[in-house]
Amino acid sequence: MGIENKLANMGVVTTTLESAVNWGRTNAMWPMLFGLACCAIEMMSAQSSSYDMSRFGMELMRASPRQSDLMIVAGRVSKKMGPVLRRLYDQMPEPKWVIAMGDCASCGGVFNNYAIYQGVDEVVPVDVYVAGCPPRPEALIHGVMTIHEKVKGETFKQYAEKYK
Amino acid sequence: MATAINTSTTDLVTRFPNFVTLDARTGYTGFIVKKENLVEVATAVRDEFGFDLLTAATAVDYIAENKMEMVYHAYKTTGGAGLIFKVQVERVDPIELPSLINIWPGVDFQEREAWDLYGIKFTGHPDLRRILMWEGFEGHPLRKDWKEPFFEEETKPFKSRWPDGQHTFAENKNPFRDNLNFPKDFDPEKYVVTGEDDLYMSLDRDSRKDEAGNMKTDHIVVNMGPHHPSTHGVLRVAVQLDGETIIGLKPVMGYLHRNHDKIGERNTYLQIIPYTDRLDYFNSMSNNFGYVTTVEKLMKIPVAERAEYIRVIMAELTRVQNHLIFIGMLMNDLGAMYTPSLYAFEERELILDIFEAISGARMMCNYFRFGGVVRDIPDDVLQKLKDLVFERLPAKTDEMERFLNENEVLVARLKGIHVLNADDAIKYSVTGPVLRAAGVPYDLRRADPYSIYDRFDFDVAVRHNGDMMDNYLIRFDEIRQSLRILEQALKQIPGGPINSQKPAYQVRVPAGEAYGRVESPKGELGFYIISNGKPNPYRYHVRPASFVNLTAVESMCIGSKIADFVALLAMLDIVMGELDR
Repeated sequence: MGIENKLANMGVVTTTLESAVNWGRTNAMWPMLFGLACCAIEMMSAQSSSYDMSRFGMELMRASPRQSDLMIVAGRVSKKMGPVLRRLYDQMPEPKWVIAMGDCASCGGVFNNYAIYQGVDEVVPVDVYVAGCPPRPEALIHGVMTIHEKVKGETFKQYAEKYK
Repeated sequence: MATAINTSTTDLVTRFPNFVTLDARTGYTGFIVKKENLVEVATAVRDEFGFDLLTAATAVDYIAENKMEMVYHAYKTTGGAGLIFKVQVERVDPIELPSLINIWPGVDFQEREAWDLYGIKFTGHPDLRRILMWEGFEGHPLRKDWKEPFFEEETKPFKSRWPDGQHTFAENKNPFRDNLNFPKDFDPEKYVVTGEDDLYMSLDRDSRKDEAGNMKTDHIVVNMGPHHPSTHGVLRVAVQLDGETIIGLKPVMGYLHRNHDKIGERNTYLQIIPYTDRLDYFNSMSNNFGYVTTVEKLMKIPVAERAEYIRVIMAELTRVQNHLIFIGMLMNDLGAMYTPSLYAFEERELILDIFEAISGARMMCNYFRFGGVVRDIPDDVLQKLKDLVFERLPAKTDEMERFLNENEVLVARLKGIHVLNADDAIKYSVTGPVLRAAGVPYDLRRADPYSIYDRFDFDVAVRHNGDMMDNYLIRFDEIRQSLRILEQALKQIPGGPINSQKPAYQVRVPAGEAYGRVESPKGELGFYIISNGKPNPYRYHVRPASFVNLTAVESMCIGSKIADFVALLAMLDIVMGELDR
């Protein structure tokens, strides 16, 4: 009973290592359970039965940054929260992605004053911005799909350069 | 709108003729108390006049008169109009006032907030630290002479913007793109965080040191949050533990602070409405309700009859969905991870669909206007609403109760835990379902009716044990009562216009002050607005229910287990958008 016998029955699929890895990363992307403000409620709605983000392998929200790949910044980031957010981001293992959900996280939104960062990209690098105040759950799902597309296109070379 | 003339007001001057005067400014009510006698008067207000619930305490900066004023709103838990008393001090640093924390412990956080944002020192306050801004922040942002670094103008619309000039990004004025001033001689490289020691020492100032003044080491301090799955947002709590038992606890907030009050003072009256949506983001309709009620009080305008009904319908729908979510989240925090919340969310989505159909937005409805509402309810939506209220929601509420109430684990986790008795609840200015679960039937819809709540037949839900189980069950009671109101409102709703005023971008608000309050699902939501006749309010203050309710958490938790504290946070139903403002 060697492995060759079994392989013959199964058929063999060949692919590149890159696309296999990216496929794995997109279909089990664990977002961090990290709600800041109003958008967090829509993030919960996106998880709930009406919208059901688990269709895309996104249902497992991890409370610990050390177990998550994706940070969804859902809400306004105050100057007091900024250092905390950065620390959480630093604690996430590579590779990691960030979605700025909603207007506040993207550009400060309606809160243009001294207490709020005018966009979370002042604190952490952002991959996808989702507009809306708050974005509908469909919009968030679209943002997640967009980040999946992005991840599918990533190459090892890019990683190598990024983490040189 | 019942704004009865306060008959008891004259008594305070008769009682203290030497140091209490009537507030004679036009549009103002209440009394001005001399600073030296504040404690004496406050004690009399509580003990002799019976105003046992101090709901709001806030400061106002009258920079033109060089005065700083502290305004207190006291109410009776038996209902009726309130008593407003104020104390004025010269606006010269250090501004000092006696603390009222020994008379109403519920004033704790509100005094800290006044210190933080206005720089008023309360002598006798045991733990006067900044509460919303961080330690080391420069200045007191709500003072009228405090300007942010990217300051453009006092009020909107800004002249630098189109059409008077080129649009420029304020951020470009500062090469570091940081809208912050730092204290003099501030060096980020050498900065040592100062507030943390104060925080940890404030947990339990006495027992943490032995006779020699050294810190004992047998207790551990645990930080929960600001990122913690069960703190309902970005609340941080420093807990001192003896094993698993809490012996000291201090909430730290401000991680979502954007200075709602200051934004309000910059905006016009109409522009504030969408900001109020984002206070308590579960209940945007209730927030709108509170704000427009207050401004209508100032403007002295009537509300269109049909709009009154629509308002009540929306407010009660909001309450239903809030309590459903509350139940789901409480289950989450107790460990029933996500299944009950999914049931709750399913019903909530149906209510949000209604909101979307009438206002265009699921959550941030921005639906109320001064004198009415912005859009009418279409007939098909009304029919949908009727189906929901008469058929589906009562059945689903029963279903949830059937699924959950008898659950052994739930009962074990909730029954007899965190008992808050009626006296303590009043002492800590707790309002809303938490107060009613403690046996005080104080519901603003009955106690001080606003809008048209006096026309409806409903009971004030009340329970008597004050433990977590009662707090949980009272939410179901309130859903039932809300459905009762909804049924009546939907049957009685008349036709007609939906706004008594013409639509206007700018409303004229006569000078004066007003404190309006509504029973939001979390408790008393109050708005204190001072107008000086200009297009934007001179002072705009929100009295959030969650913020004040959280005052009680420290005393409720001492002696209980840390796991129960997580459930307690869910039970208090705090929401950070409202708490941090």
